[in-house]
Amino acid sequence: MNYEQLSLIQLDALKEIGNIGAGNAATSMSKLIQKKVDMVVPSIDIVAFDEVMDLVGGADNLIVSILFEIQGDAPGMVYLLFSAEEAESLVKQMTRNNAISLFSAEKDNEIAFSALGEAGNILAGSYLSALSDFTNINMQPSVPHISIDMAGAILTVGLLQVSEVTDYAIIINTKINDEAANHQGVNGQLLLLPSPESFANIFEALGIQDYA
Amino acid sequence: MHKEKTIVKVGIADLNMVSAPDVIRTSGLGSCVGVVIYNLNKQIAGMAHVMLPDSSLGKQATLNEYKYADTAIDILVDKLCQQGIRKSQLQAKLAGGAQMFQINNSSNDLMRIGKRNIEAVLSKLNEHNIPVISSDVGGNFGRTIEFDPQNGQLKIRTITKGEEII
Repeated sequence: MNYEQLSLIQLDALKEIGNIGAGNAATSMSKLIQKKVDMVVPSIDIVAFDEVMDLVGGADNLIVSILFEIQGDAPGMVYLLFSAEEAESLVKQMTRNNAISLFSAEKDNEIAFSALGEAGNILAGSYLSALSDFTNINMQPSVPHISIDMAGAILTVGLLQVSEVTDYAIIINTKINDEAANHQGVNGQLLLLPSPESFANIFEALGIQDYA
Repeated sequence: MHKEKTIVKVGIADLNMVSAPDVIRTSGLGSCVGVVIYNLNKQIAGMAHVMLPDSSLGKQATLNEYKYADTAIDILVDKLCQQGIRKSQLQAKLAGGAQMFQINNSSNDLMRIGKRNIEAVLSKLNEHNIPVISSDVGGNFGRTIEFDPQNGQLKIRTITKGEEII
């Protein structure tokens, strides 16, 4: 797969996919925390592996991540990423319990993780179902996999599928923001990493496989 | 006047050399393995951030040789030998090779790549007869490592388990 050969039309189509998915996810998020949510217009980043880490604040940076494998006709991975504060705030709002924490050693920690996984299910589910409806390609998310650790260690997992073929990744990058809180509430980042073989299927489904 | 100590960085699927008083660092190792090969007399070291075990896995036209355990270690050994160090005077330390997500039902072999990376690095070092002085591998957490060629210390920083020196 030679990413430089993607045409503007194909890149635009990928951006539109991100847009539709994120719109749906933002609506779900808004219902989840019962607040207004806005979204940033998605970007398509064709980046070297090291630059992937820069998209999320550097390889050393602590992130809360929920990873989904995409099963079906366009395999790949979806990451839902939060900062530690954002994830805490999301979990507190979902459970309506201010005492609950992802980072406590207490028993409520289990409830916090379960709430976070469920939020992931809802958001990734609505993101992928919008994609799936738009492209008419069957895509199913796996169960959520949570990890709270360094960005580099977490994102490498998604790059492995690509790394046998190239040193660049195509990432469809979207942000959804808690409108009221001015970047202090729940802001999430959605990264979609299609497997190299999925692009052909996506473009074919949209009828633009010949626009390279 | 002491020379200011600078930190040489190694990216993903990358390698680099360092000599004292500088130190060398790579960040956010998950399933990747950080390999340091060094000589304490000359206070020179090389570090590679290995992503995949075997260059025969590569499906690229032009292979990034820094990405694979087998090719990256050969290059490190070559570079050190070019500095006038004999192979028998080299030592190694390594860290990384974690499994970040417990995905069990996956048909995807890449999920268990950490373990395979460790095995590939060890077998390649063994092939060159380079002894492994210490290592911190496996687990399910990320590591940032920094090597000081002056004293041979490998500092490992993690988010949940703090810092240690091996």
